[in-house]
Amino acid sequence: MPEPRPIADGLFRITPDGPRLLAARCDGCGKLHFPASESCPYCGGASCHEAALAGTGLLFLYTVVKSAPPGYRGPLPYGFGIVELPEGLRVVTRLTEPDAARLRRGQAMRLVVEPLFNDDDGTPVLSYAFAPGGSA
Amino acid sequence: MRPVYVAGTGLHPFGRFPDKSLTAIGADAVRAALVEAGVRRGGFQAAFCGCVYGGVASGHKVLTALGLSGVPTVNLEAGCASGGAALALGAAQIAAGVYDTVLVFGLEKMPRGMIRSSFFEPWREEAGLAATPGYFALRAQRLMFESDVTAQDLARVSVKNHLHGVHNPNAMYRKAITAEEVLASPLVCEPLRLLMLCSPNEGAAALVLSATPPAAAPAIRVAAVQLRSHLAGNVLGEHTPLSGIADDDVTPPTTMAAQAAYEQAAIGPDGMDVVELQDTDAAREILSAEELGLCPRGGGGKWVRDGGGEMRSRRPVNPSGGLLSKGEPLGASALGQVVELAWQLRGTCGPRQVPNARVGLAHTVGRGANACVAILTR
Repeated sequence: MPEPRPIADGLFRITPDGPRLLAARCDGCGKLHFPASESCPYCGGASCHEAALAGTGLLFLYTVVKSAPPGYRGPLPYGFGIVELPEGLRVVTRLTEPDAARLRRGQAMRLVVEPLFNDDDGTPVLSYAFAPGGSA
Repeated sequence: MRPVYVAGTGLHPFGRFPDKSLTAIGADAVRAALVEAGVRRGGFQAAFCGCVYGGVASGHKVLTALGLSGVPTVNLEAGCASGGAALALGAAQIAAGVYDTVLVFGLEKMPRGMIRSSFFEPWREEAGLAATPGYFALRAQRLMFESDVTAQDLARVSVKNHLHGVHNPNAMYRKAITAEEVLASPLVCEPLRLLMLCSPNEGAAALVLSATPPAAAPAIRVAAVQLRSHLAGNVLGEHTPLSGIADDDVTPPTTMAAQAAYEQAAIGPDGMDVVELQDTDAAREILSAEELGLCPRGGGGKWVRDGGGEMRSRRPVNPSGGLLSKGEPLGASALGQVVELAWQLRGTCGPRQVPNARVGLAHTVGRGANACVAILTR
């Protein structure tokens, strides 16, 4: 079984306390952005440093995607939404719960990193999602 | 600055035309606009063409097909506002005195199904984070959570625009629908149903702009045209970022463009007689109305329930049927609105005519996020 790979570099890290999304905070204006880029989208500042975000948040918005968007390689249907993290950042994310009736605004969510699909050579590809539930 | 007049208009119907090339679709609209303006080869000094999915030199190919090449020709991509960007550049050239007559046009032949966009990184597509209707749905849900907009209000917008579209021979869908039909149509992405979403399709629109008013037709002026892009922050902005912040103080690009256009034309939202605005989904129409200042922020639900935008209201919105009826050919949609406004201001719209329309506003917003607002006056 090949070693899993992340769907993209620099999105998340597995820590002893569970997975964390990797944002960047601008040294100039102090604002957070995710995914991390070299310059700040708010002020153009070129000096940003990594900020691992909390692994929990509150569900801000949610829907369900039933037919595969272009290029999508995971299962259908899937939950799709926005989770607000304690740092004040709102993050677009896949949701593990594909039934909108089981989701509600403001509910506690936790970050998970899990295999979404396999590459053609069988390598599992890890992506991030949020699952209902406050603590891992 | 010199005034800018509409000297000619041309439109290729919006729909699906599997046997017709993109170039031929564009050529029909351009030819019609030139004939109406009485302009031939040598009669215009520059051309600006909006197109997103047409590939290299799509505008040049149209002019070549018509034997009109040779003039400076610029192809523009600004997402759903591509045609608006062409109008903004063309009008500015005339206002500044660079050229006396300019051709602006937009054309598109959209891929079928959910639209693939090179805007997204491949990993983001693989991860399911490039689901365009999903973003529309989240925006609709937010509107419903944060104001009193209901699913019935969304249905009412679809019913209105489809009713308007019945009278537009250039629209793709020309059948009136009921709120019950909208609410019973398949759920695409909660809370949006199939009949609350517009279809990508094909079409073209063209205008000849001139520094001098036309001799025969009523003088329609492009009194303002403003293009703006987004500010960072709104997680639901048309630039579809993967994160955002609390965005109450982040002005949306539509509002920025509208405020600048109202100032340029020296006419505010209350002075508009007819509006064509972005209704890629029913909730987008309500949000557009709020962002344009046609109703108070958070007052979109009441606006709909009070009959806002209906033909019998003081300021009809999307008398053409909107994108919900016409479908959306990205590069052409903005200029399609402007052509509709020119016809409304001339008073030639027949059963969909807004009585005594003298001031009209056109609005598009799309990926980038680019927003364009144009104001036409008679």
